[in-house]
Amino acid sequence: MALQTSKRFSTWIGGFLLVVPSIAAVTVFVYGMIVWTIKISMTDRISASVKEPKFVGFQNYTNLLSDTRFTHAFENLVKFTFVFIVGTTIAGFIMALLLEKGIKGEGFFRSFYLYPLAISFIAMGTVWNWLLNSNVDADAGGLNLLLQKVGLGFLQNSWYLSENGAAYALALPAIWQMAGYVLALFLAGFRGIPDDLREAARVDGASEAKIYRYVLFPQLTPTLFTVLIILGHVSMKVFDLIIGINGKSYVTQVVAVYMWESTFDQRNYAKGTAIAVVLLLLIALIIIPYLRWVIKQENENR
Amino acid sequence: MRKSTYKFVAGLFAIALLAAGCSSSSDSASEETATEESAAPAAADPELEIFTWWAAGGEAAGLAGLEAEFTANNPDTKYINAAISGGAGVNAKAVLQSRLDANDPPDSFQAHAGMELDGYVKGGQLEDLTFLYKEQGWDTIFPADLIKTLTVDGKIYSVPVNIHRANVLWWNPATAEKAGITAAPATLDEFFAALDKFKKIGIPGLALAGKGDWAIAHLLDWMILATLGPDKFEGLYNGSTSWTGPEMEEAIKNFQKALSYGNKGAGNLDWPDAGKLVTSGKAGFFIMGDWASAQWQADGLKLGTDYTWAPAPGTVGVYQWLSDSFTLPVGAKHRNAGIAWLTVSGSKAGQDAFNPKKGSIPARTDADTALYDDYLKAAMEQWKTDRLVGSTVHGVTGNNALMAAYNAAVGKYFSGGAKDNKGLAADLAAAYEAGKA
Repeated sequence: MALQTSKRFSTWIGGFLLVVPSIAAVTVFVYGMIVWTIKISMTDRISASVKEPKFVGFQNYTNLLSDTRFTHAFENLVKFTFVFIVGTTIAGFIMALLLEKGIKGEGFFRSFYLYPLAISFIAMGTVWNWLLNSNVDADAGGLNLLLQKVGLGFLQNSWYLSENGAAYALALPAIWQMAGYVLALFLAGFRGIPDDLREAARVDGASEAKIYRYVLFPQLTPTLFTVLIILGHVSMKVFDLIIGINGKSYVTQVVAVYMWESTFDQRNYAKGTAIAVVLLLLIALIIIPYLRWVIKQENENR
Repeated sequence: MRKSTYKFVAGLFAIALLAAGCSSSSDSASEETATEESAAPAAADPELEIFTWWAAGGEAAGLAGLEAEFTANNPDTKYINAAISGGAGVNAKAVLQSRLDANDPPDSFQAHAGMELDGYVKGGQLEDLTFLYKEQGWDTIFPADLIKTLTVDGKIYSVPVNIHRANVLWWNPATAEKAGITAAPATLDEFFAALDKFKKIGIPGLALAGKGDWAIAHLLDWMILATLGPDKFEGLYNGSTSWTGPEMEEAIKNFQKALSYGNKGAGNLDWPDAGKLVTSGKAGFFIMGDWASAQWQADGLKLGTDYTWAPAPGTVGVYQWLSDSFTLPVGAKHRNAGIAWLTVSGSKAGQDAFNPKKGSIPARTDADTALYDDYLKAAMEQWKTDRLVGSTVHGVTGNNALMAAYNAAVGKYFSGGAKDNKGLAADLAAAYEAGKA
């Protein structure tokens, strides 16, 4: 009895020792830094000349609410996120639907659509900066020229330079990149549905459309959920794509870019860290319910 | 069973992606250049690390000239170039900031002379260099106006290696001839009349570059100077001129009018692209600092035939300047080498090695004019006689916080279609306040 206990204890301690370094590292470099960031965000360290910062509570956060540059960046982010998530989900889903039946050359198409993911946001941003050239008609280049050539000249616009459309235009390259990834997720979702379900539905005389509508799609809900979460947090953190396309220009600034500018250009650490914390909370708002949901599902399936 | 496996995989996917996202968003550059050297006050340091944003073109060539001069004088010290590319230091400043905060400063770093140093000075991150000025006799060799701007509470924190002029008008003589423009416009009225002439021959009168906002802000900075005159312009930065008063209203109105002559699609362009419009005859005028000349000469264009210049309209007799300077950070690992570098930077030989390649004039008044091209020769003359006024967008009159807010204000105005004049004035006033914090 005693022997067994000590044996169990030694395996437990052995396993624990193995994970200790990573726990320590994550505690210090992730959670420790988060606490530090929150601490700075509650001080008045608003310029390089503040040597001994004082605690000011939530002052920096309430200031953000009335900072029109922050609200502008936030508005851009919301617009971008909406178009990006809806566009990527729909595009990826349709592509998955087309490939789902196991067509010839599926492997080719799958990698074909997935490759954009291999390109870094910053390289892609540079290329899309050229593609989204704002000149129209005679001076047009990039997408506007393409639209002209295929007879859709009336669709030409100034893309990311228009004050209202900038955030939407920026979603285009992001959709282009992430759609293939969503395709792969949905395809995996389809493949995860046992064939006997389709067979059973067919035997019961359901049409193909009905099989999709009532048998397959409901089974994809968890996949859809996963897709939305992944896209949601990618979108919240978007930074390099924006920098690649239009630098730190005002018109395309999102929250992460404004955070960078506040911290490193204005040297306003208090504001920069406050924005960082807001961004963290926004992402946590998406991720935490998702993680709880995943754990719950797994417990139920056990 | 299958379902839970799938979910597990999906969960893994999500986590992997999260991890990837996190790592990509947290790679803020803080490259360590660990040297095991302690602060040994030996005569010759083994190394010297110089931090600049001069990574390409004439700028890099100029820096190489300085380096050669340094190595000739200090053969035992290894020169380490820590340049980080990106115009006007957009990337370099963030890296520098994190290194200074981590007490890992380079032995000397580049910064625009003037208010841009404000944050570093207030943060106690720079050493007072007054002793070096006395030792080298620079306090009499640099112009008095310049020394005055460099001095903060009786102390000088940087050594200027060059002077650039911001208020320069550039154009292509062939285009001007086609449009029937015979003389350089000296006043704003003549300027707008010339813009109309370009319009008549079917090209935009003014080349604009909107990318990153600063080149448009550069244009506004000139327009404010041209409309208000140097005294009132300087008043904006000492509180005696109102940012929202009638003079500024007038200046912004002029700015708005000038923008209406701009090229289409300006927002996609960086300043070299906009410059190309002018040299290739697709646009009329270009208001840009004199680094444009160095760029064009590197492209193989000839001053006088392919492009020519004049002081920007409304600012004839005023030299709106900016200056690149080197500093001595507190806690530099090779302080002696840093001081040796500054000595070279301020010397006649050093400045004459640097400036002809960089396309700027020396801050010293005793340089060897034979080494410089015609534009720079003329600029050196005017530097001695003109009224000197600092540039806002390039860090003389405004510190980093002011510049960031100033650029954003102009970017907001420009991307909003250049309509909200009152909003711009208010935003500029707020930018000035932001600089005081």
